[in-house]
Amino acid sequence: MSLKPSTLSQADTIIAQYPQKRSATMPLLHLVQEDRGFITQEDMAWVAEKVGVTPMQVLEVVTFYPMFRQQAIGRRHVKVCRTLSCALRGSYALMESLEKSLNCPRGETSADGNFTLEFVECIADCGCGPVVQVDHALHENVAPEKASEFSEQIKNSLKDSNYGKNQPKPGTPEWNG
Amino acid sequence: MSAVERPLIYANLRKPGYTIDIDCYIKHGGYEALKKAVAMKPDEVCKEVEISGLRGRGGAGFPTGMKWKFLDRKSGKPCYLVVNADESEPGTFKDRQIIYKDPHQMLEGIAITAWAIQAKQTFIYIRGEFQHGAKILENAIAEAKAKGFLGNNILGSGYSCDVVVHRGGGCYVCGEETGLIESLEGKRGYPRIKPPYFPAVLGVYNCPTIVNNAETMAQVKHVLAFGGAEFAKIGIPGDSGTHIWGVSGLVKRPGLYEIEAGKATFGQLLYDFCGGPLDGRTFKAIIPGGSSTKILKFGERFKGKLPNGQEFDWALEDIPLDSNSIAACGTGLGTGGTIVIDDSVEMIQALSNLNAFYAHETCGQCTPCREGSLWLSRVSKRITTGGGLESDVPLLLDIANQVAGRTICAHGEAVAWPVQSAVPKFKDEYLDSIKRRQKGESVPTLKLI
Repeated sequence: MSLKPSTLSQADTIIAQYPQKRSATMPLLHLVQEDRGFITQEDMAWVAEKVGVTPMQVLEVVTFYPMFRQQAIGRRHVKVCRTLSCALRGSYALMESLEKSLNCPRGETSADGNFTLEFVECIADCGCGPVVQVDHALHENVAPEKASEFSEQIKNSLKDSNYGKNQPKPGTPEWNG
Repeated sequence: MSAVERPLIYANLRKPGYTIDIDCYIKHGGYEALKKAVAMKPDEVCKEVEISGLRGRGGAGFPTGMKWKFLDRKSGKPCYLVVNADESEPGTFKDRQIIYKDPHQMLEGIAITAWAIQAKQTFIYIRGEFQHGAKILENAIAEAKAKGFLGNNILGSGYSCDVVVHRGGGCYVCGEETGLIESLEGKRGYPRIKPPYFPAVLGVYNCPTIVNNAETMAQVKHVLAFGGAEFAKIGIPGDSGTHIWGVSGLVKRPGLYEIEAGKATFGQLLYDFCGGPLDGRTFKAIIPGGSSTKILKFGERFKGKLPNGQEFDWALEDIPLDSNSIAACGTGLGTGGTIVIDDSVEMIQALSNLNAFYAHETCGQCTPCREGSLWLSRVSKRITTGGGLESDVPLLLDIANQVAGRTICAHGEAVAWPVQSAVPKFKDEYLDSIKRRQKGESVPTLKLI
């Protein structure tokens, strides 16, 4: 079990919030995934024991929800909204550009391991489409014409040692994420 | 007459310098409505909400006060309040604003509601993708607890209610109240069969449960602030308060517009507020209240009778923005998430885009929905890729007709309605799309699938 001590120590606090332990299944899975980046069989067994169900019952949950994953992904997880409002504003053209500039086909991780590029369904920011969630940040109005500038921004973030560590400011992509 | 906005829910969050901290909220009159509520008996608070005429803002528009009355009080079991902040109906983005910019407004409504129904505990089920939103809420809850507005012994009343933020996992069907409850219990979000699983009787942990939308909670705060009878004067009889119209797609100024119920029309919303179509384009259709509501076509005439007996004969632009008028035109106000489609759009691609959504989001429990949504998605997609047959158009309708009304939850209707409403209205265009591709002719460049 290679989860951080802080992850392990939070588990009991989370479980105590619920009248029934099993309710903590998803919160614990989020916790594990935020720590490790994905969820292993060992993790599922740990969650199962913590909440008093079988590992199979945890696997059922992991495989139902699109946000949970059992494989590692790229260093940046790029999720482009595909649903109608964003599509009307050009998310398909945006996706085609990003596939080229990030050198990563949709639904896959780039060969260099830097990016995972996916289409996702509506993320509830339809008035600012197309929207793209990159890890913890939500980028609005990423019109197809801005694709190359946007992909440069994602690439540059790979060199930023403070990436994801700053306190979000209102109105920024990090705040909206 | 020109229409104006009447911000109620968005009044503060739009002010320059307005911040999410509790001091700012209190400075703007925050938690005064809660003080008013706890000075009343819980039943009296329920009564205020009932006479306010407030209807739920999650899409179904069920009267909130009546919902609360259904709570099973005789079972002796504790009851729970679950706030549905799993905003995921395509075209809907109104709750996000409240959560990210004015969380205490929602929390105040929650505290009032919890007091009114005497909930043992409250859960806010928030979209898994709203990662920072969940943190904002958690911080706001901690602030409210420190000031005695939530948690132990709320405002010295002796009543306690803890609020827990629960993140979802990116699953549309968990916005359905019984799917949400299953998910909250740590299971797959399979909706439950009603009866017996009416949440007000057998909800979370098989205890009586009220599931209310996030914006509904914010509205409840205003019901108490105004008083039920005064609140009922906002809007029109049968639909009180404001509606937040989230307009997306192909208009000049997409965005959120808060308008008193029934006090503007779709024409005013789309032209006056949203600035009309993009340059050189014309409007073709709207999906008025989230992707699951039935599509309306420009140029149609809507004729009929309102519940109050008034006869009407409207163009799309004339339809008043209230739930009864919109329902009378064969669709629904839903969440107020209006998706606008113009003449650059090939309708079969728009339909195919939505079909792909529903096929992705079906939970798979009921065969008609699981298979039907996939079939609809594949048939409409094959039209867009050139493999369509003329018989595919009636086939789409045939499949949709076999899904609606044959499933545990309303996802079946959500799958069927876009097809059932669009096929009769755009049949000729679909056939044209099929023929163009058969002949190798050009097709619109905007790709939607």
